Amino acid sequence: MNSVIAIEATSLGKTYGHVTAIQDISLTVHKGEIFGMLGPNGAGKSTTLRILITILPPTSGTATILGHDTVKEAEHVRSLIGYVPQERAIDRFLTGREHLLLLGDLYHLPKAEAKQRINQLLQLVDLEEHADRPAKTYSGGMKRKLDIACGLLPNPEILFLDEPTLGLDVQSRLRIWAYVRQLKEQGITIVMTTNYLEEAEQLCDRLVIIDEGQIRALGSPNELKTALGGDSLSLTLKQVGEHDFQHMSNELESFACIRHIQTTANGLDIRVDSPEKALPTILDVANKVNCRIEGIEYHRPRLDDVFIAHTGHAIKGGVPDEVTE
Amino acid sequence: MTYQHLTQEVMALTMRWVRRLSREKFSMLFTLIQPMLFWLIFFGNLFQRATDAQALQAPNYMSFLAAGVVVMTVLNNGLAGGVDLLFDKENGFLERLMSTPIHRTSVILSRYLFVTCITSLQILVILAVAFLFGVTPITGLLGIAVILLIGMLFGIGLTAISMAMAFSVKSHGDFFSVLGFLSLPMIFLSSALVPLSVMPGWMHMIAFLNPMTWVIEAVRPLIITGWAAALPQVATATIILLIFDALCLYGGSKAFQRAIG
Repeated sequence: MNSVIAIEATSLGKTYGHVTAIQDISLTVHKGEIFGMLGPNGAGKSTTLRILITILPPTSGTATILGHDTVKEAEHVRSLIGYVPQERAIDRFLTGREHLLLLGDLYHLPKAEAKQRINQLLQLVDLEEHADRPAKTYSGGMKRKLDIACGLLPNPEILFLDEPTLGLDVQSRLRIWAYVRQLKEQGITIVMTTNYLEEAEQLCDRLVIIDEGQIRALGSPNELKTALGGDSLSLTLKQVGEHDFQHMSNELESFACIRHIQTTANGLDIRVDSPEKALPTILDVANKVNCRIEGIEYHRPRLDDVFIAHTGHAIKGGVPDEVTE
Repeated sequence: MTYQHLTQEVMALTMRWVRRLSREKFSMLFTLIQPMLFWLIFFGNLFQRATDAQALQAPNYMSFLAAGVVVMTVLNNGLAGGVDLLFDKENGFLERLMSTPIHRTSVILSRYLFVTCITSLQILVILAVAFLFGVTPITGLLGIAVILLIGMLFGIGLTAISMAMAFSVKSHGDFFSVLGFLSLPMIFLSSALVPLSVMPGWMHMIAFLNPMTWVIEAVRPLIITGWAAALPQVATATIILLIFDALCLYGGSKAFQRAIG
């Protein structure tokens, strides 16, 4: 892991009157990584992001972007970063190219340089053909691509993406993921918010889980999953007597290879460090207490499990394909 | 922040408003031939014979009303000037603009510049239509230039009020409610439609405190009486407008700071 620090936030807090939006958010983003902020809607991800991109002053705490304070050196910070807002931040009467030209002037790029860069970016996001049509004719995916091109125009060292694939169809989402990976390869540091577990798992090198304005967990997707404590075995048991499940559970508890046991409606959920070692033991015990095993299911912990473990509730994904997965 | 940067930003942002307007051909047409014109044509002709030239101190009602319609245009455009920023705020475009290293006031300046240009064009259209009905500004082209300048000065404060509203209200529904609530009383409680002298006492009082009255009282002699009568009125209006603008800008910048930081 590259250890040069790109972003350092210390105890950030933001309150609106009596409402606390975020509280005590501290995090460090390394240069060149994709850093995710995962959480449900209203968790405080976007508030944190807005503070980092200087458009919202924190009530308490400080943040630095490449060593520059987001409040005291706001204007300098703005020249180092690119921002892709959550949605529809597009003027429907302007063409794609005009959006980029406008931003080129706002970033004070010389005209010739801006023109050249705009052509490159339109090519990168496959919008060349549609560049001179008003944005009102664009599809959701095309608008998102334009958003990303806008974010990249200043050639930023850090790109902030707020819910980059919110409400997009599966294909557009995969396309956006591919761009993000491509940008990482070019050495751009990426900070993104998402409420899609799958997106966080697929893209992010490291992430924080934010819920109710606070950080609940921080680490790489793998670290977070491992920290939960091993893989899960779900046993479906045939019930003979009334206390069979409990009996078997009691017997198993004494073994070192078993980390945690929970009885369920039709069997046991067992968390183990290594299924190879635990399985023979489990089968032995089942034989001994005369329990018939009807099925064994094995799965590695998913980010869902991590999320539930740290927040006490499941994330509320907004789109149907999340539900069916 | 250098001067070149500021110019580059303001020009680019102003061009955005111009582009938007030019994309909406119908809107552009209706902007220029705007409702205020109907006040002049219909109201002006309708009340021609029902009004007392003696009380008006003007050759006819049309020539009296022209100044009122000019200033009503400034009022309505100014008060509505912030609405596009409100839409920008609502759809996140403003946030995108604010994440760029621009001077914060560039956005506001560009809006003012655009609204002022449109308003000035409309004033010229109104004066041209008035001319067709036989009203010739007595102070000539220089007088027209002074009218435009007074309009610009009044526009600063009005646009500031509008922006303050845009940044403070929760939704554009609220914005339009307040706008409707402000605009008509401002017109009726001023000397736009009738001279102060014929108003009932209480209306006269309120109209006297309405900055719009003072602007109209400066524009009207430029159209119907002449320089001698106009100059003191223009001087008074300028002083009142400077105070009005200062107050509005102060309030506006407070609202802006609260919303943007």
